[in-house]
Amino acid sequence: MIINRFFPQFMHKDTGGKWLLSLLALVTIIVIIFNFLIPLLLPEMSALHMPTYMVTLLGKYLCLALLAIALDLVWGYCGILSLGHAAFFALGGYAMGMYLMRQIGDRGVYGNPELPDFMVFLNWQELPWYWIGFDSFAFTALMILLVPGLLAYVFGWMTFRSRVTGVYLSIMTQAMTYALMLAFFRNEMGLGGNNGLTDFKDILGFSLQSDGTRIIIFSLSALALALGYITSRFIVESKLGKTVVAIRDAELRTRFIGYKVEDYKLWIFVFSAMLAGVAGALYVPQVGIINPGEFSPINSIELAIWVAIGGRGTLFGAVIGALLVNYAKTYFTGALPEFWLFALGTLFIVSTLYLPKGIVGLFERIKNKNSDQNKQAENKLEEKTA
Amino acid sequence: MKFIPQKNSLSLRLIYLILSLLSASNLYAADDNLNEDVIKNTHDQLKELIPQLQVKNFKKKIILVKQLAAINDPQSIIVLQALLNSRLYYQKADKSVVLLQKKEVHKKSKQYEIFNALDNKKIGLVEKKTIKKIATNNKLRKTIRTLLAQKEITNADLNIRQAAVKEILTGNDASLLPALKQAQTVETDESQKDLLNLAIALIEVDAQDTSTRQSAIKLLGNSLYPRAKGKLDTILATNDKGEFIEQDKDVIKTAQKALKRINAKLSLFGNLETLFFGLSLGSVLLLAAIGLSITFGVMGVINMAHGELIMLGAYTTYLVQQLMPNEIGLSLIVAIPAAFIVSGLFGIAIERGIIRHLYGRPLETLLATFGISLLLQQMVRSLISAQNVPVITPSWLSGSLVFNPAFAITYNRIYIFFFALLVFAFLLLILKKTSLGLQVRAVAQNRSMATAMGIKTQWVDSLTFGLGSGVAGVAGVALSQLTNVGPNLGQAYIIDSFMVVVFGGVENLWGTLVAAMTLGITNKFLEPWAGAVMSKIIVLIFLIIFIQKRPNGLFPQKGRSSGGH
Repeated sequence: MIINRFFPQFMHKDTGGKWLLSLLALVTIIVIIFNFLIPLLLPEMSALHMPTYMVTLLGKYLCLALLAIALDLVWGYCGILSLGHAAFFALGGYAMGMYLMRQIGDRGVYGNPELPDFMVFLNWQELPWYWIGFDSFAFTALMILLVPGLLAYVFGWMTFRSRVTGVYLSIMTQAMTYALMLAFFRNEMGLGGNNGLTDFKDILGFSLQSDGTRIIIFSLSALALALGYITSRFIVESKLGKTVVAIRDAELRTRFIGYKVEDYKLWIFVFSAMLAGVAGALYVPQVGIINPGEFSPINSIELAIWVAIGGRGTLFGAVIGALLVNYAKTYFTGALPEFWLFALGTLFIVSTLYLPKGIVGLFERIKNKNSDQNKQAENKLEEKTA
Repeated sequence: MKFIPQKNSLSLRLIYLILSLLSASNLYAADDNLNEDVIKNTHDQLKELIPQLQVKNFKKKIILVKQLAAINDPQSIIVLQALLNSRLYYQKADKSVVLLQKKEVHKKSKQYEIFNALDNKKIGLVEKKTIKKIATNNKLRKTIRTLLAQKEITNADLNIRQAAVKEILTGNDASLLPALKQAQTVETDESQKDLLNLAIALIEVDAQDTSTRQSAIKLLGNSLYPRAKGKLDTILATNDKGEFIEQDKDVIKTAQKALKRINAKLSLFGNLETLFFGLSLGSVLLLAAIGLSITFGVMGVINMAHGELIMLGAYTTYLVQQLMPNEIGLSLIVAIPAAFIVSGLFGIAIERGIIRHLYGRPLETLLATFGISLLLQQMVRSLISAQNVPVITPSWLSGSLVFNPAFAITYNRIYIFFFALLVFAFLLLILKKTSLGLQVRAVAQNRSMATAMGIKTQWVDSLTFGLGSGVAGVAGVALSQLTNVGPNLGQAYIIDSFMVVVFGGVENLWGTLVAAMTLGITNKFLEPWAGAVMSKIIVLIFLIIFIQKRPNGLFPQKGRSSGGH
């Protein structure tokens, strides 16, 4: 296959992933050509381009898809249903938000060069210590990885070591994100309280309002999604990934064979949290705001449903699920706002009752029906996994 | 223990009471000598004073009002009340003072029904423009209030006396001292006597004589009324240099002691109050979590729609009240079984329709039931309203139980506390003493063995889930009396409920009780120290760490195979 030349060895069997990444590359190239190069080189043909808000919307979806990959990694492959992954996403977002706040400088409403508007409003005299360093993009980039990673490390270290599993773990993660939400809602937290961080002006000196910057951030989101996907695929195809799957299917057995289960879990959990942090960091400049609502438990649960709809333990299924559900959400909340929660609620029920393997599983079932040869074998396998 | 009297109950009714009783009361010692001539005399005085009230100067009005109050005639009280409530007018034509029993009798013609201010005789209907109101200002109204209170502290009706002395306590009028002392000597009710003593002490604190002051201060030290503490604080006030403004050293010493005593008592009652708030929050948590401790604890089913089942119970209360708007008190009693049935049926439907197909897949159950919770929320939004709905609190639930001025607890919280315990006892009884309970426990412990013994496990599952859901509905009835009833009611409780159940240890009702109360009390004791939100966060973090240390909760079930899946 010619297409395999473009992909590393470990992806050769991953047909869905190859399709997905090719499509992603195609869309990105089209957007860059029509929205960036043509208006730049041939201004008279600029009518051809896609509206910028659509590009930003698409970029938003790509970030959410990256978040879905992060959850699929821990849930689909390691069996840890984290209901607090939106917290890592939001932490990454807050780190980016803090950098963008510092970039505003004295262009805020109050024109204070040292303090963001909300601190002036609250009568604060100086910048709290945890804001120091966010002037630098390199430091921010580090924090985007470190903060979610550290939280995941501490939480995971405590939880996996004491062998909290299954629904207990889910409830614990939910309590974690709930506690964070309450904390971030407080003004004393020094992160904008209820309103969060907003009114961003520019990033690395480029205005966030300009079409060019938006297209570059979109392209970066696409790149991050592609890299995140490839790295995740690499991990699950590696020996580590096989062990993680073993832990998912028979934790005690894996432990008795001699693997340190908690170390594997911790590793994959921390990596997943960092991935979520990156997704959040790319999401914030595109939507222009980050507030404590991002921590709300319902966000994390919704995230689980994207993965479940797409198909757990496939990675590309998570991406498909995230894109589909979010597109549906954008469409329905605009066209039929009353209907959306009904639709979402039904999605939850239908996907768990009738689509245990998501859309990807549905396609596989159809494919298998066509080829009679493997039918019986597959059915047996499905019974086992169901 | 006594009810807090409603402020607006001091209405016309009371005036008539005063009227009928005043002749029997002994206002001043001199009044005992009254005879027919004097009564005639008072009428003449009234006749002379009342028309003068039309004077524009407020200082003169105050003097007049004081003179009026000194006259021992029921009519003087009626006139003063009318003046206080802006019902005293004079006719422009003949300058005679009239009063209105109520404002605007005929709305269309804007005519007033006027009465003679001297003898209360009806004069007739007049146009609005023919009469003019006698103006009052704040100072005048305050004077009238005090004067009226002064008259009322010797009234035969205890409620009137209490209201009167409380009115006096808000001011600090030294001229009332003789009247207070007089009232104190004839007072028979103990608590009323205490109030009078306090009022006297508040005045005598500023006396000249040191020993009088000392004993007054000591008396203040026994009182928990905010005014007593405030007075002591003023005595102990310091100037800019930190020196006491008060010169008398003995007085300062006594005042310091008294203040210390008050503060000790206040902190004791403060703690008692916090404890009660904690127990109250605990009972709310218990109500919210107890249904979950059945479905999650006993059956092992993660029901994220539990909060919405609570919400359905609260909405059932609302609907029952809509059906019987004239029987609010009764409606709440009717709502309890109604909510149990509504939420229970929803629960059984959920179990039969969805959860049944997901046994053994807890994570999928979690997601599916979350979907149900979204559906139920949206259903309520679409069918009833997206806004909060008003649920009326019946009269027997409103008001509060007052132990002393520093410690009062509201009835609704007391009732809900005992209601929570009642529901708990009811569930315990079902699980331990009925054959259904036996079967539920059998299925929970060993499903296949229970099947082998002939228990219809599917039937038991449905009933158990229905029971847990029904109890959630009953919790909703109670919560409708404490919080706003809206589509999001359930979401506020779901995480807390799970925390309580996990903290207490699953499959253990007693654990749930202890956990709910512990968390409630901890939360409330942290609140003054850390703030409401922060204390909630601290409790959550504590719980997360606690579960790491003891994954099976406070009271782990013994003899079960550990974890793994």
